[in-house]
Amino acid sequence: MSKFLTLLAREVRAYFYSPTAYVVLCFFLLLTGFAFYMDVALLSRGPTEVTVVEGFFNSVPFWIGFILIFPPITMRVFAEEFKMGTIETLMTAPVRDWQVVLSKFGGALVFYAVIWLPNFLYFVAFERIAKVDAANATGAFWGSFLILMLVGMFFLSIGCLASVVTQDQIVAAVICFCLLTLYFFAGLLTFFSPNVSPILRDIVSYFSTLEHMSEFSKGIIDSRRVVFYLSATALILTLTHQIFQFRRWKA
Amino acid sequence: MIKVENLTKRYAGFTAIENLSFEVGKGEIVGFLGPNGAGKSTTMRILATSMPATSGRATVAGFDVFTQSLDVRRHLGFMPENVPLYKDMRVSEYLNYRASLKELTGRRRRERVGDVTELCSLREVEGRVIGRLSKGYRQRVGLADALLNSPDLLILDEPTAGLDPNQIRQVRELIRNLGKHHTILLSTHILPEVEMTCNRVVIINRGHIEAADTPENLVNAMRAAGGIRLEAKVAPNDDGRVLLAGLPGIKEVCLEQEEHEGPEEGWTHFTLRTDAGRDPREEIWRLANDRRWTVRELSRRRATLEDVFVELTHGDDL
Repeated sequence: MSKFLTLLAREVRAYFYSPTAYVVLCFFLLLTGFAFYMDVALLSRGPTEVTVVEGFFNSVPFWIGFILIFPPITMRVFAEEFKMGTIETLMTAPVRDWQVVLSKFGGALVFYAVIWLPNFLYFVAFERIAKVDAANATGAFWGSFLILMLVGMFFLSIGCLASVVTQDQIVAAVICFCLLTLYFFAGLLTFFSPNVSPILRDIVSYFSTLEHMSEFSKGIIDSRRVVFYLSATALILTLTHQIFQFRRWKA
Repeated sequence: MIKVENLTKRYAGFTAIENLSFEVGKGEIVGFLGPNGAGKSTTMRILATSMPATSGRATVAGFDVFTQSLDVRRHLGFMPENVPLYKDMRVSEYLNYRASLKELTGRRRRERVGDVTELCSLREVEGRVIGRLSKGYRQRVGLADALLNSPDLLILDEPTAGLDPNQIRQVRELIRNLGKHHTILLSTHILPEVEMTCNRVVIINRGHIEAADTPENLVNAMRAAGGIRLEAKVAPNDDGRVLLAGLPGIKEVCLEQEEHEGPEEGWTHFTLRTDAGRDPREEIWRLANDRRWTVRELSRRRATLEDVFVELTHGDDL
């Protein structure tokens, strides 16, 4: 366990050694800041059915930023080690493969959570200044936070997978971006063509991140979604672990 | 300390090493030599548990490198080729990180990090970022890392590559001192270095072991190749070649026509290959004296490890 923590600490710190972290942080805050501004501007026009929290998490600028932050977070995790050859020193220290894979994923998750922290200040600021509740219930906050972490875990694991198959960070970023975009738009299928069969609609809503976000930001915490994201993350990480071993062994 | 049995590694369509077997005893400093692509790094990587062999077995400190890799790693310090390091970390930070990965904690960790910092003369760069260090310092950081867990076995892949002569001398000195407490397997292209530091040499070529012995024995076996050089004005009626070949202890006589000594009429260069361990210079001198040849050079060229290396691996790089 202590070795895992050592590895994790190194991963988290590695983000802040490089300028990438700060660029991602700034870019994301700019986009979400814009999203929040649009959200409030829209809601201040008149009575609507959505709360500030719901409006924020379901707006277009939010989603653009959201999809775009994953590739730069995860692209370096494995690719860089393979490229620099540091994988060799790392894997000849007494550490296990799964410790390395989990620490890389964990490091990305911690950084992702750090990126989110300032965003919740928007709602705090809103409530202070406007003296209006940002959501109908505190459950909406928890729900939003929970779904952000769940989707984040899943998307970060996809990023780790993309990074383990190549030693080029750019290629890793592109693969990650393509996979996430594909997944995201597949979830929009019912939105594009409303006349699909009910079975297909059920299937799509089972993995449609957009729909899950809309539920959770209302405060509806559905355990099916929790199970889905946790198991999908576990699956992708297992796959990552397998490919990681395979790459080291055939090298 | 190391036991390798029939080790084979095949990459897709290419065999890096085939049926390699050798042993390294405790306390030895073994030099691992071979031309580029001979399979040195492959063997070292397998021993360091960085990748598995296709077939065969290898044990380090009694542990199998494949099935007990974690135990092997605990007894091992490995410095890969080109010394990969995290360029964004500071030296002391990196060493502390590596120390905790190698299961050193608390006071023991502080002690070891301090020790290797001293040993590798890294005190003055402790707080600097690794990416900004010179190659020599990086090499020493890599070596310090390999030494952290006081390993029984050190595997160093080209520890002096890319260093200047002074740095090479420092690293060599360091390795020789380390040899007092550790078993060392090192690979290098600098042969005089091996002659100076290693107790034993393993020469490999195209994935096979060509020779394994002490540097002295290898050189002695090759002494014949070193040969004797004679430069003389042979009397007009004599066939120097036949006369010299008639002497005891001479295996072969070669005549050398030296183009650049055109105007010097009458001088002949002979290169004589002798039987191992024999020095027939006295007989040659007597012969020349009897036949009234004028001699201006009679010398023995000492064979070096380089001759051994070239002899065993020559022609393959063409």
